[in-house]
Amino acid sequence: MMADPGALALIGLLLPAVSFLILAVIAPFRRSGRPAAYTSILFAAGSLAAAIGAWRGHAEGQVTRLAWEWLPSNGHSIATIGVLADRDSTLMLILVALVALLVQLYSIEYLHGEAPAALGRYYTYHSLFAFSMMGVVLAPNLLQLFICWELVGLCSFLLIGFWYQKPEAARAAVKAFWTTKAGDIGLLIGIVLLWRVTGTFDLGELRTMVASGAVPVEGLSLITFCIYLGAVGKSAQFPLHTWLPDAMEGPTPVSALIHAATMVTAGVYLLHRTVFLFPPDVLMVVAWIGAFTALLAAVLACVQDDIKRVLAYSTVSQLGYMMAAIGAGFSAAGFFHLLTHGLFKALLFLGAGAVIHAVHSNDLSHMGGLAKKMPQTALVFGIGTLSLAGIPLFGGFLSKEEILSATLAGHQTGPFVLLMVVAFLTAFYMFRVVFLAFFASPAAAGHYVNAGPGTVVSGFSRTHDGPPKGGHYTAPHDPPAVMILPLWVLAALSLAVGVYSTAAGRVLQFGPGAEGAGEHVAPPWLTPAAVGVAIAGIALAWLVYQRRTIDAGKLAAVFGPIRYAALHKFWIDDIYEGILAFALLALSRIVGWLDRYLVDGVLNVVSAWTVSTGDLLRTVQTGRAQDYVYGVAVGLLVLLLWMRWALT
Amino acid sequence: MGLQAYLILAATVFCIGLFGVVTRRNTIGILLGIELMLNAVNINLVAFSHFNASTTGMIFTLFTICITVSEAAIGLALVILLFRVRRTVMADHLDLLKG
Repeated sequence: MMADPGALALIGLLLPAVSFLILAVIAPFRRSGRPAAYTSILFAAGSLAAAIGAWRGHAEGQVTRLAWEWLPSNGHSIATIGVLADRDSTLMLILVALVALLVQLYSIEYLHGEAPAALGRYYTYHSLFAFSMMGVVLAPNLLQLFICWELVGLCSFLLIGFWYQKPEAARAAVKAFWTTKAGDIGLLIGIVLLWRVTGTFDLGELRTMVASGAVPVEGLSLITFCIYLGAVGKSAQFPLHTWLPDAMEGPTPVSALIHAATMVTAGVYLLHRTVFLFPPDVLMVVAWIGAFTALLAAVLACVQDDIKRVLAYSTVSQLGYMMAAIGAGFSAAGFFHLLTHGLFKALLFLGAGAVIHAVHSNDLSHMGGLAKKMPQTALVFGIGTLSLAGIPLFGGFLSKEEILSATLAGHQTGPFVLLMVVAFLTAFYMFRVVFLAFFASPAAAGHYVNAGPGTVVSGFSRTHDGPPKGGHYTAPHDPPAVMILPLWVLAALSLAVGVYSTAAGRVLQFGPGAEGAGEHVAPPWLTPAAVGVAIAGIALAWLVYQRRTIDAGKLAAVFGPIRYAALHKFWIDDIYEGILAFALLALSRIVGWLDRYLVDGVLNVVSAWTVSTGDLLRTVQTGRAQDYVYGVAVGLLVLLLWMRWALT
Repeated sequence: MGLQAYLILAATVFCIGLFGVVTRRNTIGILLGIELMLNAVNINLVAFSHFNASTTGMIFTLFTICITVSEAAIGLALVILLFRVRRTVMADHLDLLKG
C-alpha cells in the first residue's frame, strides 16, 4: 500500500472534507444522529491511517509539495493551492487526526443524551473542523493557510455554541469569535504586507528568499509582528487570552480537541512555519509575552474551582511556554512541546469530561474521593497530570525541559525565570485538582472550595438535563469502554513518548536543520532544577489539599491581594468590557448625531425643495382643456416667430 | 382682389375661431369656434386652388366639409352625454385633470 506519501497526506486532508460534504448535503442522514456519527468516525479513522502513511514517507526529512494553480493572473498565478508535506506537518497531521478520531469516538457516549439531529450537527462540525485544521497544517502558502485558519475559527465558534440555547454558551462563542478575529485582522494585514514586499505567498519561496537575503529587512519587524498578532489571538496569548476560558462552555470533548490539542496550537504552528522570517526584536516580544502569559494563566489556574477552567488556563499557560521557546529562537522545542502537550492535554480534558459525566458538575467542590469510584479515570488523569507537571518518564518532561533550556540558550534569562515559576505553579494547581477531585473527601473538598470569596461556578454539563439531582454522589463510576478507550490510548501514547524521549535523551531532532533542537547544550543543573521545582509544587499541593498540614485559608491569606486579583481575572475582562462599552457608546453617539443632523438634514432639505417646486409647478396643470389649447396656440406662435427670425 | 386678401380673411376667421375656443365658457360655443377655424382653413384651400388653377384644393374642401359635419354631430352628442353625467356644459367646471 506504499502509495505516494504526498498523495497520502492529500487523502488524509480530503477524507474529512468528504465526510463533511456527505453530512452537510444529505440532511435526513445528518439528522439520523448515530449513523452520521459513525460515518464521521470512519472517515476520521481513514484520515488517521493516511496521515500515518504520509508521515512514514516523510520521517527522514523528505519534502513533498503538491500544488495547483489558483487565482491565475497575467500568465502566472498569484497563489497556488495544494499540500506541503514534510516531517513537521505530517507529525502534526497525525496529532490532529488522532485526537479528532479519539474525541469523536468519545463524544458518542458523552453526548448520548442529545437529540439525533443535534448529534448529527455536532459530527458535521467535527468533520469540517478536522478538514480545516489539516488544511492549516498542510498549507503550502500563507493564503491557503489563512483561509483554513478562518474555517477553523468558524468551527470553534459553532462548537463552543453547540448548546446555543444556553445564553453563556452563545456569549462565549461570540466572544471567542470576535477575540480571535481581532488577531486575525493582524494576520491578514501581515500576509498582504509580506506579499507586497516579496510578491509571493509560498512558504518554500519565502524561505529561499530569506536565505538568499532577497527580503528587505526594514519593515519586516512590522510584518512579522502582524503575523504574530494572528497567533496571539488563536493561541490565546496575553492580552487576547480571555476567550479561551470562556470557551469551556462548549462540550468537553470539543474543549479537548479544539481548545487544547489542535486549534489553539495553530498559532504556535504558524510561528513554527514562518519563524525564519522573524527578526530578533519581534522574537524578543514573542518570548516575553509568551512567558508572561504562562505566568498569568498559571496564577489564574490556581484559584479556579471549575475543573475545565483550570485546564483551560493551564492550556493558555502551556501555549505561553511554546511561544517562549519560539521567541528564544528554538521553534523546534516549541513544536515538540506542542505535540506532547496535544496528547496529554487532550487526555486531561477527556478525563475531566469523564469526571463531569459521572458527577454531573464541573465544580471541584462537587467532587472528591473519586479515585476509589473511578479508578481507571483517576489513573489516566494522573498520567496526564504528571506529564503536564514535567515528571521524568512522562510525556511533558523532556519537551518542557527543552523549552527551558531553549530560553537559556537564547539568552532569555527573564522568560526563563518566569517559566521556572510557572513550572512550580503548574505542578501545584494540577495536583490541587487531582487531590481535590480524586482523593480528598467530598465534604472537605467543598469546605476548601467555599473558603474563598467569589467562588466561580460556571454551568453544568447540559447533557444531563439539569443540575445534580439531590445526592449527586449516588453512583459515580468509570465511563463505558467507548469513552475510556480514547483515554487509555492517549495515556499510553503520552507514556510512550515520555519513556522514549527520556531514554533517548536530548537527541530527538525536530524541524529542519537550523532550528533543530538539541544543538544547544543545557547546563547540568537544569534537569534537577526543573524536576525539583515540579516536585516542590506537588509537595505543596499535597500538604495543603491532602495532608492539610497547611491550611488552605491561611495560604490564601498569604497571597491575599494576588488571590483577590486572580479571582477577578486581573480585571482584564472588565477592562475590555469597559473600553468596548465606552468606545462603542461614544462611537454610536457620534454616528447617531451625524445621522440625525447631517444625513437626515441634507435629505430633508432636498425633499422640502422638491415638494415646494412641485407645488409651484402643479398650478400650471389647471385641468381645463381651453388652457391647454391656449398653451398650444401660444407655443405654435412662438415657434413660428422663432422660425421666421432665427432660421432665415 | 389678389390671393393675399383671401389669406388675410382666412387668418382673421381662424383667429376669431381660436379666440372663441379659448375664451368661451359654454362647450357649444367652443364647438362653434372650432367650426370657424375649420372654415378658415376651407377658405385657404379654395383660394389656393383658384389662384393655382388646380382642383385638388376644391376636393379637399369637400372632404373637410363632410368631416366638419360629422365632427359637429359627434361633438354635440358628446356635449349631451356630458350634460347628463355632470349636469353642466360649462368648460371651466370640467377640470377633472387638474394637477
